[in-house]
Amino acid sequence: MSTTWLVVLLVGAFTIAFKATGPVLLGGRELPSRMTDAFELLAPSLLAALVVTQAVGGKEAIVLDARLVGVAAAIVAVRLRAPLIVAIVVAAVATGLVRAL
Amino acid sequence: MQKTTRSYREGAKRVAPLAPASASFGVAYGVLAVTAGMGVLAPIVMSATTFAGAAQFAAASVIRDGGSVLAAVGAAVLLNARYLAISVAIAPAFRGSRLRRLFESQLLVDESWAVSQVGGGRIERRMLIGAGALLFPCWVGGTALGVFGGDVLGDPKRLGLDAAFPALFLVLLITLTVSRRAIIAAVAGGLIALALLPITPAGVPVIAAGAVCLAGLRGR
Repeated sequence: MSTTWLVVLLVGAFTIAFKATGPVLLGGRELPSRMTDAFELLAPSLLAALVVTQAVGGKEAIVLDARLVGVAAAIVAVRLRAPLIVAIVVAAVATGLVRAL
Repeated sequence: MQKTTRSYREGAKRVAPLAPASASFGVAYGVLAVTAGMGVLAPIVMSATTFAGAAQFAAASVIRDGGSVLAAVGAAVLLNARYLAISVAIAPAFRGSRLRRLFESQLLVDESWAVSQVGGGRIERRMLIGAGALLFPCWVGGTALGVFGGDVLGDPKRLGLDAAFPALFLVLLITLTVSRRAIIAAVAGGLIALALLPITPAGVPVIAAGAVCLAGLRGR
C-alpha cells in the first residue's frame, strides 16, 4: 500500500475512533458527577486554547499578524451587540483589508 | 416536532457564517494534497473520513516533504487527540442505536461542538448534528473542487477567512464563560496554549489546555 493510502487509512481510523468513543461506548448514560464537574471546564479551556492557536499560532511559533485585527474587530462587534454572523464576517473583512493594504 | 426542526436548523444557522471559510479551506487542502502527490481520490476520502482540517493539512505537509508514514500519522493523531476528550464529555447527549451514535458522532468537529454548547459543558445533540451536517459537504466538496479544479478561489487567507475561526471560538467563549470557575479555566487554558505554542508540536497546546479541566475534579 502506498504511503498516502496508509496515512489516509490510519489517520481516518484514529479520528473516527476518537470521535466515536464517547457516543458509542457511553452514549445516553449520565457521566459520574465528578467527571461532569471536570468536563464543565473543558469547554472554556479548550475554546480559549483554540482561540490562541488559531489567532496567533504558526509553525511551532507565535505569529502576530492580521488575524489579530480581525479577532479584535469581532470583539468590538460583539460589544456593540452584533449577532454572531456579523462578528465573524467583520473578523474576516478586517483581516482581509489589513492584508490588502 | 417544531422544536426538533428548529434545533437542527439552529445548529446549521449558528455555524453558517463559517461555511464559506470551511469550503475555501477545503479547496486549499485539495490543492495542497495534489501538490503533495496524494492523487485525486485519497484527499477526498480523507476529508470524508477524517473530517478535521488542521490534521489533514499537517498530514499532507509531511507527505509533501517526503516524511515517513509514522511522522504523518503522528502529527495528525496528535492534532485530533482532543476529540477523544470532547467525545467522552458529550457522550450523554447521544441517543439511539450504537450504529446511529457512531454515524452522528462523526459530525463532531471543533466548530459543531462549539456552536452546540448550551452551558455547563453540555451540548444539544441536534445542534451539533445540524452544524456538522452543513460543514461536512462544504469541507468534502471544497476538497473535491481543489483536487479537480485547482486553485480556483485563490488563497483563503487573502480574504481573511482564517480569522473567521478564532473569531467564532472567541465570541462563543465570551458568551459561555460566566461562572468564576469557567473564567479561571479559560484564562489558564489560553495561557497554557500560548506558553506551549512555540515549544511543542501542533496539537499539544490544545490537549494540555484541556487537561486543565481535570483540575475541576478536585476543585469545588
